[in-house]
Amino acid sequence: MPRRWRPLPISLLAVPFLFLADQVEAQKLPEENSCLQCHQGLGDPRVMSPAEKFPQDIHGSKGIFCQDCHGGDPASLDPQQAMSRAKKFVGKPRHQAIPALCGKCHSDADYMKRFNPTLRVDQVQEYLTSVHGKRLKQGDQKAATCISCHDVHRIRAIKDQQAWTYPVKVVDTCGRCHGDPKYMAGYKIPTDVVAKYKQSVHYEALTKKGDLSAPTCNVCHGNHGATPPGVGSVANVCGTCHSVPAEFFAKSPHQQAFASMGLAPCVTCHSNHDVVKTGDEMVGTTDKAVCVTCHQADSGGFRQAAAMRASLDGLRESLTRATAVLDQAEHAGMEISQARFELRGASDALLKARAAIHLADAAAIQKLTEEGKQITAVAHAKGLKALEDLLFRHRGLWVSVGIIVLVIVGLVLKIREIDQRRHQERAADRRST
Amino acid sequence: MAAPRVVQTVTTWLDERVNLAEIREFVRHKVVPVHKHTVWYYFGGMTLFLFGIQVCTGILLLLYYRPSAEEAYESVQFIVTEVQFGWLIRSIHSWSANLMMATLMIHLFSVYFTQAYRKPRELTWVTGMILFGIALFFGFSGYLLPWNTLAYFATKVGTDVAGQVPVVGTLITQILRGGEDVTGATLSRFYGIHVAILPLLTTGILGLHLFLVQKQGMSVPLELEHGGRHPEAMPFFPDFFLRDLVGWLSALAVLAALAAYFPWELGVKADPFAPAPAGIRPEWYFMYMFQTLKYLPAKIGPLDGEMVGILGFNLGGLFLLLVPFLDLKAARGEENPLFFWIGVGIVAYIVVLSALGYLAPGGN
Amino acid sequence: MNTPTNSRRGFVNCLLGGGFGAMVVSVLYPVVRYIIPPKSGEPTIANVTLPWKPNEIRVNSGRIFRFGNQPGILVKTPAGELRAFNAVCTHLNCTVQYREEKQDIWCACHNGVYDLNGKNVSGPPPRPLETYKAFVKGEQIVVSKGA
Repeated sequence: MPRRWRPLPISLLAVPFLFLADQVEAQKLPEENSCLQCHQGLGDPRVMSPAEKFPQDIHGSKGIFCQDCHGGDPASLDPQQAMSRAKKFVGKPRHQAIPALCGKCHSDADYMKRFNPTLRVDQVQEYLTSVHGKRLKQGDQKAATCISCHDVHRIRAIKDQQAWTYPVKVVDTCGRCHGDPKYMAGYKIPTDVVAKYKQSVHYEALTKKGDLSAPTCNVCHGNHGATPPGVGSVANVCGTCHSVPAEFFAKSPHQQAFASMGLAPCVTCHSNHDVVKTGDEMVGTTDKAVCVTCHQADSGGFRQAAAMRASLDGLRESLTRATAVLDQAEHAGMEISQARFELRGASDALLKARAAIHLADAAAIQKLTEEGKQITAVAHAKGLKALEDLLFRHRGLWVSVGIIVLVIVGLVLKIREIDQRRHQERAADRRST
Repeated sequence: MAAPRVVQTVTTWLDERVNLAEIREFVRHKVVPVHKHTVWYYFGGMTLFLFGIQVCTGILLLLYYRPSAEEAYESVQFIVTEVQFGWLIRSIHSWSANLMMATLMIHLFSVYFTQAYRKPRELTWVTGMILFGIALFFGFSGYLLPWNTLAYFATKVGTDVAGQVPVVGTLITQILRGGEDVTGATLSRFYGIHVAILPLLTTGILGLHLFLVQKQGMSVPLELEHGGRHPEAMPFFPDFFLRDLVGWLSALAVLAALAAYFPWELGVKADPFAPAPAGIRPEWYFMYMFQTLKYLPAKIGPLDGEMVGILGFNLGGLFLLLVPFLDLKAARGEENPLFFWIGVGIVAYIVVLSALGYLAPGGN
Repeated sequence: MNTPTNSRRGFVNCLLGGGFGAMVVSVLYPVVRYIIPPKSGEPTIANVTLPWKPNEIRVNSGRIFRFGNQPGILVKTPAGELRAFNAVCTHLNCTVQYREEKQDIWCACHNGVYDLNGKNVSGPPPRPLETYKAFVKGEQIVVSKGA
């Protein structure tokens, strides 16, 4: 909608106005908002920034403006009037007052329904249970509030890709404080978590594979109720996605053992922030295996670990061998796609066996890998059969080459015979002449 | 030889209607000169035999092949894996194509060095050269049809080269490709060229070539012609023909063995959006051109290096095509060492550049 | 002409005749075998006809079929609608299956769950299953890619 301009009473402000014309066009900002108008033109970045950022703020597009948080009168062009106590101007709200200020609307279910009926209204309540909320209550001026994570004056919808709260950006949002050793000095918590997380398989899934459901900080720690999950709840947290290993772990003897030693499930072996891609080498009795951290040589657990590893290795190797034979046959032009298709079952079995490692039961794993091995054996046999058929081709070839050679021999004999005849004829000719 | 009665009946029946006597008479009198260069006479027939194999296996491949970017690769895969003996037919088609190019080149240069192109066989030579050009096109167009990565990029490079021709280059590339880039449209085009246009041209020109050979008989090298003594001759049928047959059957056995032991690989399906793989190379009979273009500097004087290369090859081809009209001495029946040495130069160039293409470091 | 030459000529002719005959057979045999179309039929990458009749598929059940080199899953929903998906789990490529009791598509490897639209609803799968189009053509079920 084209914006109509009226002549302004204060000519001094005309210049920044013109500049503003394009900027505010996109948002339905009120025709005359003296807060934005003045703050744009003040020249001091500290007071200009809110006015510059606000056109992209979701609140503006819903008709919520400066005065709704800060008070004052945006209709008045006289700064004295606009920012007077009489007009309930509050200026910059106190750090500790911010959750309540946001909560004024965001905790009001009736009010929020008018904008988005599915929006949650328990964020402030949750926030108060978080470490951030608790510290704020104790008067910690550095504790994060709503606006620490929701870019103040440019608060965007959570589905907005530019929002600080968009999944791929969350780690940097949290990292603004938690990755800064200077800021976090005195809190006695590590600040390498951001760097570590960025090496994890989760971050890779999130940023490289485009899986927005892959966990970032808030998925394990909670967002508004951000707290490190305790030893008792780690398995539940990881188990939200990794339900099979979590279930198996709960059934395993490790469940009790970990609890009695005060070890957290999952993260003791897989680490927490830098969860890297797992591999079969994590199981067993070698240096890279996590089992040997606790299980000493020749103990029962040690033997179980060795047996589990042997089962995995056995299936994996037979899978590799079967694949190699099929590759070889296919390379030679044999049809093996059915065998390859069936071999998928063995890969499935290997994956299941890997998940079942969390049962810590060598016999159960062996059962799974044996099932897989039966599949690989069939595929392997089919590959060998195909290669044998190839041999049949070679044999067939030699038969036909044999026939051809036979004909060639016949031809050569024939040629000699004719040559002899010609020789005799010529001799006879010479004699007669 | 006493022929069975059925054969006799049929011959008589035909004789009454089309007068076979003429043909019989012709065959009886057709002779092949015997001298130290007689061996070269076999290569023309060998090329013809391999071409026949190409026609037969080509027709068989047509039964299952589908000329579209979506299905070409899959259909060839189907031929080599699912169809009984499909692997054999396809491998023979590929191997035979390569052997044919080799025998064709031997045939070409043996004729050149014996100066058999001289009067009165100028037309035979010219039609032969045209057939050589057609064979190159056959190879180039057929290479793309399986729609695998190597073929895709080789075609891209090959058609790019055509774009270097001054003025009309871009147009030629576009016509060849059926658009700006190598796509399914190119495949359709190459398919049409490979199975319709080139076979049609070949039929006509090969017919003329063979007719001329029969009409004029075999050429005898100059040195022998001048020896005064007329060289001995052997009857074409059955003496020479049986020898021909030995050669053909040996070729057949070699083809079968190559197909069974070195099946022509299908490679990976072409992906037009993938980066060009390392080691793109054309078929071996284009290698010397490919390698030459690699060595040429970007600019030669005011001209593009590649363009100069293309121009050179075209001039070389034109020279060979017109050699009967340029070699006036040979036309008078005199030996011409100049043309002999030019020929040696051409062969040496092709051999050395091809060898470099395969052996030079960074060549792959 | 003496007898040895004659018998030798006879032998050579025999060898040639027999050899040629055998050769013609050995050339024609593969050609004829080649011409006879293979049982598997021509490859189609765009669609596949399933080996089941529409009414032999129970309501609330699923079956795995082969589509090219990949497994597909045909589902008859509790409402009796036929749907088809690529059966390769988007998490780690296991083959998914239909769970009658929960009326969903499930991957046994890591408990990934998809709804009957192929959408990943719980567990590790990052993406929905690729959707195929399943339709009934007379007594046949045809599944096609795309569209």
